[in-house]
Amino acid sequence: MAIYVILALDVLNGISSLFLLCLGLAIIFGMMKIINLAHGEFIMLGAYATVISANAGVNIWIAMLIVAPLFVGIVGLVIERCLIRFLYGRLVDSMLATWGLSLLIIGIITTIYGNTQQGVPTPLGGFSIGSYQSSYYTLFLAFMAAVMMAIIYGVMRYTRFGLVARATMQNPAMAATLGVNPARVYMSTFALGAAVTGLAGGLLAPVSGITPVMGGAYVAKAFMTVVGGGAAILSGTLSAASLFGSVNQVGAYFTTPVYGEVIVFTTAIVLIRLLPQGISGRFFKGNL
Amino acid sequence: MDKRLRLALQAAGTVVAIGVIAIVPSVIELFGLMQLTLFAAMSVLALSLAFIWGYGGILSFGQTAFFGLGGYAYAIAAVNFQDSTPAILLAIVVPALFAAILGYFIFFGRISDVYLGVITLTVTLILFNSVNSTSGDAYKIGKALLGGFNGMPAVPTFNMPFDPSTVLSPEQSWWTTAYVLLGVFLLLRLLLALPAGRIIVAVRENEVRASLLGYDPRLVKCLTFILGGAIAGLAGALYVNWGAFVSPTIFSLSLSAEIIIWITVGGLGTLLGPIIGCVVIEYIVAYIGSQQLLNSNLVLGGVLVVFVLLLPKGIFPTARDLVMRLIPDKKPKTNGPVPSAAAPHPAGAE
Repeated sequence: MAIYVILALDVLNGISSLFLLCLGLAIIFGMMKIINLAHGEFIMLGAYATVISANAGVNIWIAMLIVAPLFVGIVGLVIERCLIRFLYGRLVDSMLATWGLSLLIIGIITTIYGNTQQGVPTPLGGFSIGSYQSSYYTLFLAFMAAVMMAIIYGVMRYTRFGLVARATMQNPAMAATLGVNPARVYMSTFALGAAVTGLAGGLLAPVSGITPVMGGAYVAKAFMTVVGGGAAILSGTLSAASLFGSVNQVGAYFTTPVYGEVIVFTTAIVLIRLLPQGISGRFFKGNL
Repeated sequence: MDKRLRLALQAAGTVVAIGVIAIVPSVIELFGLMQLTLFAAMSVLALSLAFIWGYGGILSFGQTAFFGLGGYAYAIAAVNFQDSTPAILLAIVVPALFAAILGYFIFFGRISDVYLGVITLTVTLILFNSVNSTSGDAYKIGKALLGGFNGMPAVPTFNMPFDPSTVLSPEQSWWTTAYVLLGVFLLLRLLLALPAGRIIVAVRENEVRASLLGYDPRLVKCLTFILGGAIAGLAGALYVNWGAFVSPTIFSLSLSAEIIIWITVGGLGTLLGPIIGCVVIEYIVAYIGSQQLLNSNLVLGGVLVVFVLLLPKGIFPTARDLVMRLIPDKKPKTNGPVPSAAAPHPAGAE
């Protein structure tokens, strides 16, 4: 019996970390149609910001929840101003440039901090179910995923910024005639996506090995989820993260973690073949 | 340039290339020759993506998937058969089959360009992870141990066709690799001059129009993709022959990025440009590896960003345009419209 509870916790963990990883990408891709191939490196930067500041004596919660998103948000802002804004509407070029950017960030971090693995201890303790151990941090991740979902929904649905952002994404020319500056909206949306990604990196820092190339491990999963989810930011990402997260954990439980990923990937390809618009393109059309 | 001059130039270039390849081993010492052999093998890989991206309009972020599959197929077959002839064939067929399966899902699913890049990227990562996890005695195909992250050492190199006892010398290896490169180049040139090549380019230009003219864009793209996969597989076999070694890093993302960088730097939509880009970039990477100051990722990433922003056409087309501008037209067009008539009327002149 206990084993099923543990497995359920694992699945919950898989879903919530996948959701957190993808949310920033979904905001940037879903709203701006920019494929940010440096997404994995934004996660890595968030994790590094957390580790460096935590090891410098900052409280781990502040490092995770404030320093990481703030730092990556600012990095995102600078990148949008210096690079991305020249590439709107040039989809392939934006993919190439962000890929170059991802290599550049990996190179910079390797040069500064070296190729060694960093880490912070996992806060909160563990608890046991039967003869199995689990940690409260797993539950905290799920809690944070729910909080992020509520925040993004609230911001996009009920604030003036959300309204302006959604209007600009639907029709930039019309929004501009109504007095909105699309360039500024794009800038803040990109920075918001980067900050959410940095937060994900910070939250996952205690439970993952932190190296300059760690982004590569996440970027494929994140893209599969966003593509599988389709255009709707929240419902799409949540449904795809639930599907792929559970498939991944259950597959990994019965085989090995690597084959778990292979199974997820195969599921994703078949899903895209069946639903080219993603899950939300079929079932949650027009939702946020 | 008129057609006949162009043809003559191309023929002369081919003859020069054949001659240069033949005499290189007697001019350059062994280390340089080995490095050139590597560059030639990589150039075949560059051609495979230059073809499917530049002419087919298919941007694959995971061309290394086919490169790696070709390398592994060659290595496994060569260890099992102890003869490179069937191994090379398998190195072409296995990636082509994989490309066919993947291409079916991608193109017949009508997946857009963006998702195509994402899917090919993911395939490469998954292959990297899967092959990485194959260490131990349990993972063997025939006599070949896969070896996980450590890869497969001591892979038999090329031998004379159907004669496993005569192994090629480094000079003969260079000739094989370089002439394969030349052969692939000429083959692609020929293909692009044929109606089949025109259809490929037509589909790249406008899928709807091509399908209205009776061609199936899905099938055309799928076939283009398969051909690209086969060439990349061949490049994989050449690469393994060069080092007598294959490891999962052959699937790595940084190599995938390098191929894209070769083409972006050399020039998209040409075949010669990517080869130039490949040699230049690989030379720089080899040079960076010999010093400590700069990280190769840093330089490659910087190069890619700068080229996308400032020189999106690449070196080769930019240089060609410059040269074309310097050569004055021999025959000024007298039949064309007179300049004054071509000038737009000032607004409201009538």
